[in-house]
Amino acid sequence: MQKATIQLETLSCPSCLQKIENAVKGINGVNQDSLKVMFNASKVKVDFDSEAVAINDIEKAIEDLGYPVVKSKVKPA
Amino acid sequence: MQRYILSKKNSITLIGAILIALAFFGRFSLDNMAIFNWSLIIASILGVAPIAIQAFQALKVKVVSIDVLVTIAVIGAVLIQNYEESAIVTFLFLFGSYLEQRTLNKTRSAIKELTELAPESALKQMENGEFEEVDVDDVDEGDILLVKTGAKVPVDGTVLTGEGHINEASITGESLPVSKKVDSEVFAGSILENGTIQIRADRVGEDTTFGRIIELVEEAQDSKSEAERFIDRFSKYYTPAVLVLGFIVWLFSKDIELAITILVLGCPGALVIGVPVSNVAGIGNGARNGVLLKGSEVINDFSRVDTIVFDKTGTLTVGNPEVAEKEFYGNNTEEILGYLASVERESDHPLAKAVLQDIGETTFYTVEETEVVKGGGIVAKIGVHRIAVGNVALMEKENVKLSEKAKKDVERFEKNGNSLVLTAVDGELNVLMGIRDQIRPGVKKDLQNLKKLGVKNLVVLSGDNQGTVDLVARELGLTEAHGHMLPEGKSAYIEKMQAEGGIIAFVGDGVNDSPSLALADIGIAMGSGTDVAIETSDVVLMNSDFSRLPHALGLTKSTSRNMKQNITIAVGVVLVLLASLLFSEWMNMSIGMLVHEASILVVILNGMRLLRYRLRG
Repeated sequence: MQKATIQLETLSCPSCLQKIENAVKGINGVNQDSLKVMFNASKVKVDFDSEAVAINDIEKAIEDLGYPVVKSKVKPA
Repeated sequence: MQRYILSKKNSITLIGAILIALAFFGRFSLDNMAIFNWSLIIASILGVAPIAIQAFQALKVKVVSIDVLVTIAVIGAVLIQNYEESAIVTFLFLFGSYLEQRTLNKTRSAIKELTELAPESALKQMENGEFEEVDVDDVDEGDILLVKTGAKVPVDGTVLTGEGHINEASITGESLPVSKKVDSEVFAGSILENGTIQIRADRVGEDTTFGRIIELVEEAQDSKSEAERFIDRFSKYYTPAVLVLGFIVWLFSKDIELAITILVLGCPGALVIGVPVSNVAGIGNGARNGVLLKGSEVINDFSRVDTIVFDKTGTLTVGNPEVAEKEFYGNNTEEILGYLASVERESDHPLAKAVLQDIGETTFYTVEETEVVKGGGIVAKIGVHRIAVGNVALMEKENVKLSEKAKKDVERFEKNGNSLVLTAVDGELNVLMGIRDQIRPGVKKDLQNLKKLGVKNLVVLSGDNQGTVDLVARELGLTEAHGHMLPEGKSAYIEKMQAEGGIIAFVGDGVNDSPSLALADIGIAMGSGTDVAIETSDVVLMNSDFSRLPHALGLTKSTSRNMKQNITIAVGVVLVLLASLLFSEWMNMSIGMLVHEASILVVILNGMRLLRYRLRG
């Protein structure tokens, strides 16, 4: 399991959270319980299985919703 | 294409405003209905594009968002050829979210200031021995780094060579520079004010003290209370419910206008944003003022605290005993003070230190045959004189007779809570000193402020003897004071108070009080922020600054009140809008959207007030 911290551009609507949550949860290989979308910090924290899914796929899922990723960090969990 | 439209949202808003202005100019000044209609149609289509894209993306991941409601309403308005409504509603919605974003950034500014203090680059020693600038993420434990004057220390580490002064305000809140030399510890985020040092990286990134503080504050600002989680669950079903309601109304009344008006009026707007806004502003104010609050649950609990328990007298006193009162008997005072200082110089007892400090400069004599009397004091010889320094018991043992006046002085000193040091030369009492710990400056006022804020019980649980504890309690007006307490006794006491229905905050340094910190409803750690206390406690007062405590309590009370105000505003607005739709003639989509966007701004501005919160009085 890898732990990703993804910094997004400033989030301004709380309903964005639900969208991002549902989108990331729908990806295969992410640990749904670990997912945290932080509204004020504009960050997404999630554990994922690097063999099943790449960090780029998670980033892409979020960017496709219209929320640009500023940078992301991956650490072994 | 989608992303391009979204990135041009602000320009679209501006164009929408111009088109709407042009439309009304065309209609009322030129009397030209074509200009009026076409301007509004273009404004509606342009304006609805970004909203519709967001709505579509939301639906793709099975979320009925506000965007969905607004998009349907606008399309509905265009279909019934009410271009005026459709254009104005899209404009207000876009302009509102623009203002929302701007003001939200303001409420988050305090925490942003903190995170921006994080170091970004470091000068790292490469394999060839040269130092090169690298991103701070590329520094590993054990790397050798160079820090120059004016630069930020990039990691927690140990000084290998060089020396200098470092400003550690970002970690401890203390703005006086601290001197560092070889083997000193340095902290990430502090600033080297002068000198040049080389350091070895011991902890990097999120493991540094600064990294942990930032992580803690970031987690706190997004933590949710029970009430907030309820609102989240509620709004998940609320928005689709509004959609269904609008559809049912249309089905039965066949009145599209009424149906789409319901969609706009039902937007949950201010409700979902009100509480997070108060939360982030309150925690931000704390972070700026040396108070770390761990989340909104902590804010709610702390604001209701009725009992504050202090872990030791040392929290309230300077912890540095001083001579408070003294009496001299007989002559030769100068010479005898010299004897006293010479004897005390050999001791490392805290009372001896206080005595020496009080005497200051004097003539020292050679001391012989020093004998320490357990539980009494010291007996020694200087030249032909026998000197006894100690308590009343020692004097009795040495057969020193106390005069009537001396006996009265002893009694008075003891009553004032002093520890006594008597000095006798050759069986005659010469000096009586009363030594006691001083109350920290300002503590009395801070405690009064806590009482004003509604704290009923101020309790000290101390390991000191009951006499000392009682004295501090009396001087400060504490409600309860218990001495001779062990850590187990303290946690048992807290459990008892909780069983009696009290809401307890426990203030400690966290060294041996972790059980009490964890057990209390609110654990408050006073520490430089480097200890385990950060982990176990709910509130951290940086730099052990006692005066932060009333600020912290006042802030949580204001923040908690602010959240309730915001919920009231949000719910009130929806109720009033729906009621006026039923009972009044003037309600329509545009007014509804205007009121909604206004209410969102009102709750954000209300939250922003917390950034400026300061304790009065």
